[in-house]
Amino acid sequence: MASQTGGYYLPAPSHWPIVGSVALALMALGATFMMNGLGGGWVLWLGLAVLALMLFGWFGTVIGESVSGKHNKQVDQSFRWGMSWFIFSEVMFFGAFFGALFYMRVLAVPWLGSGDTMEQLWRGYTATWPTAGPGLAADGYKFTPMGAWGIPAINTLLLLTSGATVTWAHWGLKKSKRGQLILGLFLTVALGLSFLGLQAYEYVHAYRELGLTLGAGAYGATFFMLTGFHGFHVTVGTLMLIVILGRSIKGHFTAEHHFGFEGVAWYWHFVDVVWLGLFIFVYWLV
Amino acid sequence: MAHDATHAHDAIPAHDGHGQPGGIMRWLTTTNHKDIGSLYLWFAGTMFLVAGSFALVIRAELFQPGLQVVHPDFFNQMTTLHGLIMVFGVIMPAWAGFANWQIPLMIGAPDMAFPRMNNWGFWLLPVAGFLLLLGLFMPGGAAAGGWTMYPPLFVQGGISYDLTIFAIHILGASSIMGSINIITTVLNMRAPGMTLMKMPLFVWTWLITAYLLIATVPVLAGAVTMLLTDRHFDTHFFNPAGGGDPVMFQHIFWFFGHPEVYILILPAFGVVSQIIPTFARKPLFGYASMVYATASIAILSFIVWAHHMFTVGMPAAAQLFFMYSTMLIAVPTGVKVFNWVATMWKGSMTFETPMLFAIAFVCLFTIGGFSGLVCAMTPVDIQIHDTYYVVAHFHYVLVSGALFAIIAGVYYWLPKWTGHMYDEKLGKLHFWLSVISMNVTFFPMHFLGLAGMPRRYADYALQFAEFNMIASIGAFIFGFSQLIFLAVIIKAIRGGRKASDQVWEGAQGLEWTVPSPAPYHTFETAPVVK
Ligand code: HEM
Ligand SMILES: [Cu+2]
Repeated sequence: MASQTGGYYLPAPSHWPIVGSVALALMALGATFMMNGLGGGWVLWLGLAVLALMLFGWFGTVIGESVSGKHNKQVDQSFRWGMSWFIFSEVMFFGAFFGALFYMRVLAVPWLGSGDTMEQLWRGYTATWPTAGPGLAADGYKFTPMGAWGIPAINTLLLLTSGATVTWAHWGLKKSKRGQLILGLFLTVALGLSFLGLQAYEYVHAYRELGLTLGAGAYGATFFMLTGFHGFHVTVGTLMLIVILGRSIKGHFTAEHHFGFEGVAWYWHFVDVVWLGLFIFVYWLV
Repeated sequence: MAHDATHAHDAIPAHDGHGQPGGIMRWLTTTNHKDIGSLYLWFAGTMFLVAGSFALVIRAELFQPGLQVVHPDFFNQMTTLHGLIMVFGVIMPAWAGFANWQIPLMIGAPDMAFPRMNNWGFWLLPVAGFLLLLGLFMPGGAAAGGWTMYPPLFVQGGISYDLTIFAIHILGASSIMGSINIITTVLNMRAPGMTLMKMPLFVWTWLITAYLLIATVPVLAGAVTMLLTDRHFDTHFFNPAGGGDPVMFQHIFWFFGHPEVYILILPAFGVVSQIIPTFARKPLFGYASMVYATASIAILSFIVWAHHMFTVGMPAAAQLFFMYSTMLIAVPTGVKVFNWVATMWKGSMTFETPMLFAIAFVCLFTIGGFSGLVCAMTPVDIQIHDTYYVVAHFHYVLVSGALFAIIAGVYYWLPKWTGHMYDEKLGKLHFWLSVISMNVTFFPMHFLGLAGMPRRYADYALQFAEFNMIASIGAFIFGFSQLIFLAVIIKAIRGGRKASDQVWEGAQGLEWTVPSPAPYHTFETAPVVK
């Protein structure tokens, strides 16, 4: 694996990282002040705008470098390692929330139903999943859990299909069939957007009709945090797909040199796999 | 921006310092691993003084029983900030600084794999430090819930608790970027012939540390995110009324937290494994076993976390499992200590300052390891959990462990970084003052803990007075001794005896083949390792 280091592209000094730091500082301050009722929403939005500027500028620079042929094999290999480890970190992030789901379902909630102390506190609590918890139940809080075989099943189909279309696009790219590449990516983006649309509809339905909110105890918290972070990742993935669709139309990728495409495809498959976990453990096995 | 892009184009083909902005912009925009390494190290040093002065506030208050110096709530803010900043703002950035300076030099790479991301990894740290310290000036003061951030306390606190949560997010982003960079550099940028099993141990330990970071920091991010939503968005992750459980936070936190303590100590193992062979003038004893021991420590560190939670009321089977798995870690740790001692055995040793600190590390870290084993025994830990015994344990592994290794490493590589030898007399003075005062400070804490003094209190019963007074005196001597360290570093930067390329007679490895100070760009054509 050790290879030649000569010719490894080393970028010149860049102001984008420090712009990113300013963005995150603004976002953290704005969010903190907003959550504590001190105003500051505009600081958060300003931070987001600066972050968007930074992402545009930074990735724009990298794309420019790639197109002008500065990335040799070894740089390409670095990108591959970098993206793989980044995805691994994302897996662990979702792991924390899946861990919380399993812990509450398998341990915390049954304990609440069996402990002697609980018999004193919340008498008669039946600790079955899905639950909003003994305290909320005692206060008369009611909700309906989200069924698996409506929108969630359709969304599963949409995402699985999108995994296939992005692979089909990749085949097109490797065989230098531009039409197939662009059509495949276009379909993938469309499927991603449809998924997001249905997810948004599902959320509205949950809040308006099912009484299922972030505040619906253990079930509501894990439901919305898991599907919410997943939806956020689908959003980011769709944006990335749109970028590589644009780059494909511009002819940035060749059959040999297209890590930009592959990185996004890996990310998209990762988002897909997380969804399967969600579908099984959040929607199906209730 | 367009301008910048063209500007970059001019600068790149030359691959050298031309087109480098000057003044503060050099440091804000740098993509050079040595610049970034220096930034990390200076940041760590600065935060060390900040968090160290918080520790002196704590020790001043505990000098005598009763409340005399600060309000108890402020005391709690000091313990919280001291812990958070020492872990995330001192030890971790210092190791990142070493990684940046040394890994490319030790594996013969021209720089880190992702130089721009490297810059961002550093420049997120001042933002996080700012958010943490800003809490001090907020209504209600800084976060006072302890560095472990347990709910329900951490859910109930004021605005600075949110700042702390975001600071953790940003620190996590920084760690993940730094780790991705290090792993990629090690896996993809080694000079021809530098096979994995020829890598210097410092590189090996950082490779494994980076893996631990990527695996656990996102979990911490998830944990504090749940705190945030419990605080502001009506979730019930840690609230039994909603089916949640505050103990669940402890599980998630320590799933990160225990690997984290190995994140703090593995690079220390690496540095000590570089220094001891140099000054014993013998190759490291048991190189391969060192690598395997490091890897097994890393793997085991994922299955021991609940030894921090023996008193929360876990099922007995779980207590037993975590007790035995924890004790198992002592085996690879023992392998390491044995190898260091065996390396020194019959060596022709000399005792320059880096070696002194390394030897102190071997002795004192081992004491910390033993007290860890004491804590690992469930029935014993039920007595000493949350007492000063635990404080003594983790300061032996962190101060005379991680921190001493950092100091040893700075002395060891300072001539390579600055081109000048440091003042050996002042170095030795620094060593003796540190090693004595460190023990004066922390050894009595074992007795305090065994006698039942709880940690994180601003006041204590009269029977604990003597040992606390001794500990406070030691702490002030330790704190002020570190100013000597600062003086030595500044002196070496300013001038001093010229360092040779090899610097130390027994030093082996690629970093000693380049001039001292190491030029701005090194190994632009890769060396060949035989
Ligand atoms: C032989 C190796 C080790 C063993 C068996 C061990 C065991 C333990 C145990 C059982 C505890 C929990 C005590 C309690 O809270 O009641 C503990 C606490 C702690 N250990 Fe270790 N440890 C070892 C090495 C280390 C190392 C190398 C470090 C860091 C460099 C470290 C840092 C800590 C810290 C920071 C805490 C306290 C955390 C807190 O509650 O604030 N330990 N250790
Ligand atoms: Cu531990």
